[in-house]
Amino acid sequence: MTANKMNMREKYQRMTRDLAWKPTYQKEDDVYPQAKYEGIIIHDWDKWEDPFRLTVDAYWKYQAEKERKLYAIIEAFAQNNAQLNVTDARYINALKLFLTGVTPLEYAAHRGFAMAGRNFPGAGAQVSSQFQSIDELRHAQTQIHTISHYNKYFNGFHDFNHMHQRVWYLSVPKSFFEDAMSAGPFEFVTAVSFSFEYVLTNLLFMPFMSGAAFNDDMATVTFGFSAQSDESRHMTLGLEIIKFMLEQDERNVPIVQKWIDKWFWRGYRLLALVSMMMDYMLPKRVMSWQEAWEMYFEQNGGALFDDLARYGIRMPKYWEVSVKEKSRLSHEVWSIFYNYGHAAAIHTWLPKASEMDWLSEKYPETFDKYYRPRFDHWAEHKEKNGRWYNNTLPMLCQCCQIPMGFTEPDDPTTICYRESEYNGVKYHFCSDGCKDIFDDEPEKYVQAWLPVHQIYQGNCGGASVPEVLEWYHLKHGQDNLDYDDSQDKANWNKWKGLTEEAAQVMKKAANE
Amino acid sequence: MTVRALYDYQGEAKDTQDKFHGNQLVYIGWDKHLMFCAPHCLPLPPDMPFGALVKEVLPGVYDSHPDWAQINWDSVEWTVDQKPFTPDMEKGLAEQGIGHKSLIRFTTPGLNGIAGVAS
Ligand SMILES: [Fe+2]
Ligand SMILES: [Fe+2]
Ligand SMILES: [Zn+2]
Repeated sequence: MTANKMNMREKYQRMTRDLAWKPTYQKEDDVYPQAKYEGIIIHDWDKWEDPFRLTVDAYWKYQAEKERKLYAIIEAFAQNNAQLNVTDARYINALKLFLTGVTPLEYAAHRGFAMAGRNFPGAGAQVSSQFQSIDELRHAQTQIHTISHYNKYFNGFHDFNHMHQRVWYLSVPKSFFEDAMSAGPFEFVTAVSFSFEYVLTNLLFMPFMSGAAFNDDMATVTFGFSAQSDESRHMTLGLEIIKFMLEQDERNVPIVQKWIDKWFWRGYRLLALVSMMMDYMLPKRVMSWQEAWEMYFEQNGGALFDDLARYGIRMPKYWEVSVKEKSRLSHEVWSIFYNYGHAAAIHTWLPKASEMDWLSEKYPETFDKYYRPRFDHWAEHKEKNGRWYNNTLPMLCQCCQIPMGFTEPDDPTTICYRESEYNGVKYHFCSDGCKDIFDDEPEKYVQAWLPVHQIYQGNCGGASVPEVLEWYHLKHGQDNLDYDDSQDKANWNKWKGLTEEAAQVMKKAANE
Repeated sequence: MTVRALYDYQGEAKDTQDKFHGNQLVYIGWDKHLMFCAPHCLPLPPDMPFGALVKEVLPGVYDSHPDWAQINWDSVEWTVDQKPFTPDMEKGLAEQGIGHKSLIRFTTPGLNGIAGVAS
């Protein structure tokens, strides 16, 4: 076979680009009906660059090797009961949030990239999208294997897909991805590959993976690294699609800028969940959300946008707001979960004294002033009257679907309210970023499935929390409530040979 | 264009008033009391008197806060849809301009949350 003698470039040319053809029986516009409606103008698809020059046979070989290694490690993890090595069972809740929030997104990404691969008229973009589609299916599978292992020992993992369709905070990642998937192929890839995987990925991956490593969760580290090895290709696709659109036609610039603005904001709001994971949910902290935002967004992101300035692209709109929010984001979001911990599939808790001190040190301007008094009050309430919960459903943002817990950019003591009216109905938003996204395409967002409104419409099993939990497939007293009152904690102490008493003694010894 | 689509696409508004079984949604936020992490959403009969909202509904929402019992209701300042508002306690919500998905905010002068720092 001559194929062996071809160099990588030729092989790529033969096995990808050369396999494409110009349709003659049908009009090109009929074969690729989604190629033009977004307004992106492409003159020459051959200008698409793919630095990886990956062909199907090579792809197959690499990926099979990765899978073999990964499953050997996951198997060993299970054999050794390595879930018992994590720092503390509170850590598992970070994992619950990640695996139930992100795994369905991996699957959605698999579908989204399959559609993008079908709809781009250029062979280079088709092939990159199709590889990524298979990657994302692999990510979903490996994460489900991890879910299945942890599900044997901890609550909250048992019905992740059902939960993804219904549970209030999982509607945040769900709606993010559905927004992207219901857009055209160019916006989809800008949203997921560029804004999320290229610009914001370090904010998701770094805390999650280092958090897992710091907290001795080797199963997660393993699937994380296996997935991450695909990420460099995904990030390349993200940057390539942006540069390609910008280089093909000047008229693409304002469209691309608008998508960057939109998907930066949507991605940033989604990462609010990660901020609380970093600052509150990891028993051993890696770095604070504020530090991560400074390093990965302000510095690295700033450099990227300096680079894109030559195309006429500027920093995403409202990036300044994200900087103003960095010292409060995680506290506001953990507060939301503490308020509604009776309706969540993760456990929540009050930070320990040593953890509060860490927060004071990391957030010298805000923590002691605004948030410590709140935790002290909740601790006192817990002591005297039991765990405090918020018993009335919250107002949600029509766009990001997060309870309206974010404060004014210049005033951490006042909720940020924004509003629009469309066809005689009022819509409410957590921020100017979310309001702008709605105002640009109201016909899309008026259809948002807002969990609170759905409950009040009678579509979620009933009006009481127990009825709604049942509809979510959550077991009251098992999957929800405070960590201190959880089966997870009781089991953990049992497995670790810690009777409740021993745990108390250890607490005292650690001066907590 | 109100949505980028392949054809003249019309979405169906999910939360119009007719879907709430005779109720309307009302949002309520107590300024400077962020122990309640976000404003609340309540389904209420449009003819519910404002006084009933204050006396019968709001205690169930807020009375777990130590400031609640201290409120001097004569000094409370209200806004509806971000405009200053003087409620008529006898009249129904809709009758005094509080519509479906209206936002009611109130401040309690002198009471600014746990430790006075908006919690
Ligand atoms: Fe992935
Ligand atoms: Fe990816
Ligand atoms: Zn929002």
